[in-house]
Amino acid sequence: MIVSRRQFIRTGVAGGLLLAFSGWLNAAGGRPLSAGEREMLAALCGALLDGALPPAGEERSRLVALTVDGIATTIAGLSLASQREIGELFGLLVLAPGRMVLAGVSRPWREATVGEVSDFLQSWRTSRLALLQGAYGALHDLSFGAWYARPDTWEAIAYPGPPRGYF
Amino acid sequence: MHDPIRAGLAAGWKHIDASTLGKGQTVEADVVIVGSGAGGGVTADILSDAGLRVILVEEGPLRSSTDFRMRESDAYPELYQDSAARKTADKAINILQGRCVGGSTTVNWTSSFRTPPEVLAYWQRHFGLRQLSVESLSSWFAVMEHKLWVRPWETPPNQNNKVLAAGAEKLGIPIGAIKRNVKGCWNLGYCGMGCPTNAKQSMLVTTIPAALNRGATLYTRLRAERLRFSGGRINALDCQALRPDGIHPSGKRVQLRARHFVVAAGAIGSPALLLRSGVPDPHRLLGKRTFLHPVVISSALMPERVDAYAGAPQTLYSDFFLQQAAIDGPLGFKLETPPLHPVLYATTLQGFGAAHVALMREFTRVNVILALLRDGFHPESQGGQVRLGRDGLPLLDYPLGDVIWEAARRALLAMAEIQFAAGARAVTPVHETAPLYSSWAQAKKGIAELPLKPLLCRIVSAHVMGGCGMADTPQRGVVDHRGRHFWLGNLSVHDGSLFPTSLGANPQLSIYGLVARNAALLAAELSGRPPPLIP
Repeated sequence: MIVSRRQFIRTGVAGGLLLAFSGWLNAAGGRPLSAGEREMLAALCGALLDGALPPAGEERSRLVALTVDGIATTIAGLSLASQREIGELFGLLVLAPGRMVLAGVSRPWREATVGEVSDFLQSWRTSRLALLQGAYGALHDLSFGAWYARPDTWEAIAYPGPPRGYF
Repeated sequence: MHDPIRAGLAAGWKHIDASTLGKGQTVEADVVIVGSGAGGGVTADILSDAGLRVILVEEGPLRSSTDFRMRESDAYPELYQDSAARKTADKAINILQGRCVGGSTTVNWTSSFRTPPEVLAYWQRHFGLRQLSVESLSSWFAVMEHKLWVRPWETPPNQNNKVLAAGAEKLGIPIGAIKRNVKGCWNLGYCGMGCPTNAKQSMLVTTIPAALNRGATLYTRLRAERLRFSGGRINALDCQALRPDGIHPSGKRVQLRARHFVVAAGAIGSPALLLRSGVPDPHRLLGKRTFLHPVVISSALMPERVDAYAGAPQTLYSDFFLQQAAIDGPLGFKLETPPLHPVLYATTLQGFGAAHVALMREFTRVNVILALLRDGFHPESQGGQVRLGRDGLPLLDYPLGDVIWEAARRALLAMAEIQFAAGARAVTPVHETAPLYSSWAQAKKGIAELPLKPLLCRIVSAHVMGGCGMADTPQRGVVDHRGRHFWLGNLSVHDGSLFPTSLGANPQLSIYGLVARNAALLAAELSGRPPPLIP
């Protein structure tokens, strides 16, 4: 079962991936995320950063969008091997079959609730499949990295930022 | 702030940023050195001092104090392998490794230890390295300690280190002070993002400027691809120039020719270069026995502010748990503390949503202790293996077996006990299913039952070692005690990949000392001068 699931991930969606991501590998310094990827990442950020983000509203959407921008920047700075793997992961998640079968999220990402997305993240986090656990780790690190890289998130954790005024 | 690198460049240092090359080129020198970290830097200094024409090849960029703005968002993509997110092939271990001029020495936390005597004794017994002893290496360590200002650190430890000391003292666990390679350190705490005051005596501000002042050539954004050899000798190194993003090859190629080639690309990069080159490896040792000092992490909430981002990050340690069994018995571990910065801490910390936010809100009250497991001595601790993935880029497999997890559990227990003894309100191992324990009794019971598996228990590493191990014979090593390759006459390995085991100590000074010795021997041979008098 593990092998077949893995094969599914590797090959089953390969055709779709190829279409969706043919531009990825040759992008110079990364490429802009697709609208589908941005929606998917926004949904993930909504769950991962829930509690750090303000309640639903314009400000929350703005901060989520900034975080998704940050994720895109981070990805563009990764090695080609890492970019390729993340491209595969995103490619799976933006396609409806991948979202439904692998993530267990039935509704499109922009309609998914924080609860549904959290359930999906939790299932990958403790999955018996190392591939999914590793993918959870990547999504976790990308989102929290992009969030706490921004100085405007530091006040909430009482971090004063790097020393100033000596140089 | 005076920036010695920008001053040197203005004064005419030969630095070629390969991303700016309009066409390929072929260049010749006496020695080509691949990598500009601890091994490459020391080698460039000593060989150039002997009058040899040296070319240094670095895949990362040349950055210096003016660029070091103490921001994680700049530092990780600019100065680290894979934006500080390099991982083992199974993603279970995150590896911090430098990728810039100066290598990891530009971003390390300055901890300086000589190679422990019991490690050298083990190498003598098991790898026949009788030339490497405490006595024979002591002069080389002394030389490098002098050169790089390795001194006791007199400033009081920051609060994060004090927690380790306070807890250990309560439990009767001895603590030591870590020597640091700094000169006029401001105690800022941002060593991991490049030293903004040039206090850290990394390769970036010491050996590499010395070599450049003597006319050495430094290439950056140039990836060493393949060594060309015939008849038992290397003739050339083929390199790919990278684009200004430092990631994509630009398509321009550089070929470097020399009498001798030194590989010092780190313990993932060096074996990978030799594997790509197809150098003779009849005993199939290349890339094997790669060690990481796998690190497990314990996070504590203290009643008062800790501000673990401020002050010299690593100033106290304990080797108590390295000394509880024979070196090849159950794995011992070294205790140290890390600096905490928002991205590093938030990405390392388990969980998400409300639970993660609750821990992050306590950011300034968090103490973290690390346990570095001493791998490579127990018969079942054989380390990992570097192999080549797509495009010839390296992958590291590091199986996390029972001996690692047994030690990880002991380490998580020991750290939690120390943190509670120091007055922690709560402690959590960095582990996906670990709760926040509110007493030592609760932690003791909980950690004993915690499922320890890859990707559940967070493992990190900042010390990659081995893969081109030294030994007395080609049956059990890739190179000899001088770092000379057993099969190719003009090839040396001068970095942490030499170590046949891990060290049980932060590796920079071990690399400096051993490489200073080996570079001095090589310099004598290549320049026709008498060998150095220090043993």
